[in-house]
Formats: sequence, C-alpha cells, structure tokens
Amino acid sequence: MKSLEDLAEIRERTKALIQLKDGTYEKRVVVGMATCGISAGARPVFDTLKEEVESLGLSDKIEVTQTGCIGICQFEPVFEVYEAGKEGKVTYVKMDAEKAKKVAEEHLKNGNIVYEYTIGYTKL
Amino acid sequence: MTNVQQPVSLEDTPFYKKQLRLALRNCGIINPEKIDEYIAMDGYMALGKVLTEMTPQTVVDTILASGLRGRGGGGFPTGRKWQFALNNVSDKKYVCCNADEGDPGAFMDRSVLEGDPHAVIEAMAIAGYAIGADEGYIYVRAEYPTAIKRLEIAIGQAREYGLLGKNIFGTDFNFDITLRFGAGAFVCGEETSLLTSIEGNRGEPRPRPPFPAVKGLFGKPTIINNVETYANVCQIILKGAEWFSSIGTEKSKGTKVFALGGKIKNTGLVEVPMGTTLREIIEEIGGGIPNGKKFKAAQTGGPSGGCIPAEFIDTPIDYDNLIAIGSMMGSGGLIVMDEDNCMVDIAKFFLDFTVDESCGKCTPCRIGTRRLYEILEKITSGNGTLEDLDRMENLCNYIKANSLCGLGQTAPNPVLSTYKRFRDEYIAHVVDKKCPAAVCKSLLCYEITADKCKGCTACSRVCPVGAISGTVKNPHSIDKTKCIKCGACMERCKFGAIVKK
Amino acid sequence: MKKPISKIPFNGTPEQEAKLKAAIERSNGNKSELIYIMQQAQDIYGYLPYEVQVMIAEGMDVPLEKVYGVATFYSQFALSPKGKNAISVCLGTACYVKGSKAVMDKFSSELGIEPGQCTADGEFSLESCRCVGACGLAPVCVVNDDVYGKVTPEKVVEIIAKYKSK
Repeated sequence: MKSLEDLAEIRERTKALIQLKDGTYEKRVVVGMATCGISAGARPVFDTLKEEVESLGLSDKIEVTQTGCIGICQFEPVFEVYEAGKEGKVTYVKMDAEKAKKVAEEHLKNGNIVYEYTIGYTKL
Repeated sequence: MTNVQQPVSLEDTPFYKKQLRLALRNCGIINPEKIDEYIAMDGYMALGKVLTEMTPQTVVDTILASGLRGRGGGGFPTGRKWQFALNNVSDKKYVCCNADEGDPGAFMDRSVLEGDPHAVIEAMAIAGYAIGADEGYIYVRAEYPTAIKRLEIAIGQAREYGLLGKNIFGTDFNFDITLRFGAGAFVCGEETSLLTSIEGNRGEPRPRPPFPAVKGLFGKPTIINNVETYANVCQIILKGAEWFSSIGTEKSKGTKVFALGGKIKNTGLVEVPMGTTLREIIEEIGGGIPNGKKFKAAQTGGPSGGCIPAEFIDTPIDYDNLIAIGSMMGSGGLIVMDEDNCMVDIAKFFLDFTVDESCGKCTPCRIGTRRLYEILEKITSGNGTLEDLDRMENLCNYIKANSLCGLGQTAPNPVLSTYKRFRDEYIAHVVDKKCPAAVCKSLLCYEITADKCKGCTACSRVCPVGAISGTVKNPHSIDKTKCIKCGACMERCKFGAIVKK
Repeated sequence: MKKPISKIPFNGTPEQEAKLKAAIERSNGNKSELIYIMQQAQDIYGYLPYEVQVMIAEGMDVPLEKVYGVATFYSQFALSPKGKNAISVCLGTACYVKGSKAVMDKFSSELGIEPGQCTADGEFSLESCRCVGACGLAPVCVVNDDVYGKVTPEKVVEIIAKYKSK
C-alpha cells in the first residue's frame, strides 16, 4: 500500500461487505471468540454454524466469522446475527452446538428469530 | 414468556445502554484476524493523517490537549510522557506497549489485544512518529496465547500492507514492532522492570529518575504506555482533542474499561465515561448483587488499590476521586464484594500476592510485606492484639514510603484502605475473636439450630471427626472441641439447620 | 521465589537438543532474547534442568548464573518436570471470592500432593495460577489446555477421573 487512496479504497470495499450493503452476503454471523468465549465452548458453536450454513447451501449468502470479546462473560458462548437491510442485530447467548444448529435452521435459513435463545429471554 | 417485549439484541439491554465504547469500539464487531475489517472501521486513517498532515509536535499537542491519562494505573498524562521523549535528542528511541496485565481479576487489555490488535499497533506507530522512534516492543504475558497469536497475525498483515516497515505511506517514516513475552512476574508491569525484562534480564525495577523518557530501553529515550491507553489514541487523532476532552470529568477525560467481577449478576467487560458512579456500574450495568445479598465493598486497583465501601457508592469514578477515597483506578479490575466477604481476609489475600510477587530487590518490600502478612495471619487466626493493629499500620506506612518501585509503594494499600473503612472488622477479629463475615476459619464455629433440626442424622454421618452427636428425630449438637470446621455438615444439611458464626 | 529442583536424571534426546540449538541460532546472537530462548527451551523439554541451562548459557554466550537467575525470577520457568496432566487452579481475586481455595484444597487432598508438586506416578501436577482472564466463569481451573469454569469441590473428582491414565 502506497497511499491514503489505497487505504480508503479498502475501507469502502470492506465496509460495504461487512455492513452487508454490497450484495455479497445477506447475513453476517459473528461468534465471540476471545479467551473467555473459547473456554466457555465457542469453538464447537462456531464449527457447527459453519457446517450447518454449508450443508444448508447458504455459504454464498451468509458469512460466519469470529470476533473478539463481546463483553458479556456470563452469557458466553455468544453469537450475533446481522441482516442486510435491517437495523440492529440479534444476540444469541449461552449457546452450544445443539442450539446453534437450531438457530441455523430457524433463523439463518427461514428467517425466524429463535426468541428463547436471545439475550432478553435467557435467564441465568 | 411475558407480554412485555424483551430485547433480542445486546444493544437494547441495560447492561449495554449505559456504556460508551471507545477503547472497545471494534471488539465484538470485527474479525481481529482480518486487517481489512479494521480498515473498514477507519483503521490506519489516523496513522495516514499524522504522517501526511501533522508534525510530531502537533501530534503531541493533540494528545496533551485531549487530556488522555495512562490507563495502566498511575494516570500520568500521556501527552507529557510523549513530550519528554520528543524533547530528548537521541539517535535511537523506542516505543513500548505494556501488555503485561498482571492484576488478578483484570482482563481489559487481553480483550483489546484479542478483539482489536491493530488499534494498538497503529497507535504505537503514531507514537513512534511523534517522538521520533522507529522501533516498538509489545511486552505481552505468555499466559495470553490467543492474544499473542492475534498480535502475530496482525503484525504480519500490517507489514504485508506496508503499514509497518519502511517508508510507510510513501513517507520517510519507518516503524516496526517486535513482540516480547512476559514470563509470569507481576512486577514486570512496573515500567522500569518491564524494560529490564525486555532486555533479557530478571525483571527488577530501576530507580527513577532517570525516567524512561530520558533513559529507557537499552539506555535510550523510551515511552511506555498501556494497551488501553493506545486503544484511545487513533480516535483522538481522527476526531480531535476537543471531542475526547468533552467526555469524562474535569481532570479525567474519556472512558475507562472495567473488568467487572466477583459478586455481581452481570460479570463482564464494561466501558463507561469517567465520572460514572459505582452505583450505576454495579446496579444498572452489573444488575446488582446476586442472591439478595448486600453490597459491601468494591475493590479497584488490584493489589495496589483498595476497597471502596458502600458509603461511597455514589462517588463519580475518576482517577482523583478514587485516590481521595483511599483506592486507585489501577488497570481496571473491579471486584464486587458482598456481606459474605471478610475484609481482613481480602487484605491478607492481596498481601499474599505481593509477598509472592515482590522481586526482592529492596528490603522494605521484600521483608516488610512478609512481616505485614504475618501480622494479618496472626489476626485472622485469632491471636492478634490491639498493639498488632498499630504495628500493622506503622509498617504499612513504612513500606509505602521506602520501597523502590510502585509495587512496594502501593502494596500496603489493600490493608490500609480496609483498615480505614472496615476498622470494626479488624477490631472484631482482635478483641471479640470473631470473624463477622464468617470466613476466617479459626474464628468461626458451627452450630445447629435446634428448632430447625429434624434429627435426620445426615450431619453426624458425614462428620469426619465424629463431633456431632444426637439421636434420630431429635435435635443434634456439635462438640466444638472436636469440630475441625470443615463445613461438611453444613453442606449436607437439607434443612438449613447448621449455621456458621 | 523458591523453586523445587528436580532430582530426576536428565534424559534429553538429540532431537530436543537440535531444536534448542536451532532456536538459539535464530536469535542471531541477540542477548536480549534470552527469556524467549528459555521459553522455547521449556516448550521443548517441559522444564529447565541444569543441563539445558548450560546449553543455553553456552549457546547465547551469557554466564550460567544469569540463566539461572532468570529461571528462578519468573514463575513461568520450572526446574522440575510437570505431570502428564498439569492442573492449575486460579487463585485470582474473582475466583478467590467465589471459593477457589476450597477447589484447590480438594485437588490437593484427592491427589495427595501440595501445590507445586507432582504425583509419584508422574500423572498429575498441581499448581495455582493468577487469573486466566475468564473471571465470568469463576472459580476456574485449567487442566493442560482445557479450561473448566464454575468448578466446585464436588466437580473436582469428576475432573480428575477424566484425565486419569489418559
């Protein structure tokens, strides 16, 4: 990279991609994979989401990616779903492979939020 | 499910609403292993701006004007550190990042490194430009393998993009970063110890002056800032000093990240504007104390800090207020304690830590902390006297005044602050030989409440020393001379008939 | 800090020695990398016995007492081998206030060893650590690389069973 223009170009391109505005992906799923998330079991959740999205044939439409600490230790493992054209996000908490599979089918594929697993409906 | 619509997004929860995420802005949003995603959040724009539009002095002026203070504990103005280093003429200077987060119960820096490593790398390059350094070191704990891995990836990607290395953005500015791994010595979080450790030595502190900005790493002018401090720098450059200094209190600007833990419903990482009260953090963000218990104290500043009692729960938190009430900001661990925690025991716990971590170089710290620990041990085992309390206080002040580095100078703080705010508890241990919170083993006794006891015999069967006697369906009793206070009976009792006092 | 020095005879292999030599080679004579070299040596051998310290001192051209000085200063370095399964119980503040001391005591009594020791059969070693940064899961213990959260004295037995002769 030689100039600020190069930097700005990468910025605009990636911004559109992760904000789901360039038509590449319809949904973005980010899994909290800091040390606390991983020790609470985020890895199998991440792997399951990847596998499910693949086997449902949604790999072209949905990006499953990792992120750092979302900041809510006692709810780990956590992942969040962003959708193109929609404000906000959905936060799924206390996940495991089984629940992740259900969210993949219900929410990622069919577009129905699985309320019982979201942050507001989960009792600790 | 209730009729009221519950939030489905973290952003709509009370835990999140009171927060203001600056240092953590990208954590939990971007993929830390992809530099493009960092760039999408305006990453490296600040570095581009300083290299093409600003002089080193204007960069330092901006940081000075923002009011940013070191987030690692002491709260020294960052801009002043940079100014000292800029003023010192030398053929070689260094920029260091203190990522040796050793406070037990604190994990702010780890979260930034794992969630947004480029923010630190970019800020270090900016600091390098500001003071005239071309080399940086990040000293990170070996206990943080994930953070190390992500830093390595991030440094590799930044080099590939030419954002580290030679002639960055086509200018004549060169900068590169080397990682160094701590090896588990708490004292290395102290800046001069950190430097001796980077040089490959036992991490012992050096006397200051000379300050690192004059004579630091390998004898050259050096600045050392904490991870969270760096995490604020890029935004100050992009959004301006005025924006930053509009947040917070008069003398403490911006936000502070706290690792909220202990007896609290919502454990987690929270970032709030300086000046937020403890009550807001504990009750609104933290969701209060679990199991209907009463808030007793909050510990900040780790082994260097103190306990804030309930009467100060409405104090706005900033550097100066915390010092005024006998604690300190520290790196941001915030441990909440309820009525079941014994303050003498907590003081002893922290002192045990410093005794262990004292590097041994100076006598007040090496021997003083051990003697102090022994006094606390005597108190918690029920053998303390009122004279011991006086000796304890004197010794604390002596260690504070005479230790070589920050570790020793602050080591007595947990004792002094608990003694000042919870003197009753110390007195109870010494005079009444009681531990009011029923923690200190030698001072408590187990008793059976006769009208709750159903005479099921479960307790007498589990007692390892046969101290419990009684017949079936009749209230039992504990022989206090035999009891070893293991608590097995209390765990076993289904009727809550056994209490410890 | 006093560290137990192992009496077990040194049995390094030529492969291990070659690895260590290669690491020293990579440091390119930069003496400030001593700690990093020792970290790699500990990864290779599992601990830093006298023989390994000598190799490092000679390879890096630093006095042996400096290597020993660094080895005893930093808690990461071990002068005795660890057990096949290394158990470490967090005694950081958050874990401590949530009862990790009782967890430590239970491990200690179940395994019949004190913190810092290794069982006679070499299966388990026990130590305390300071905050692994998973305070939300307090109390925490780490076995090898697996982190266990919300550990109670009752769970200790299960955890030990999981690793026994594995």
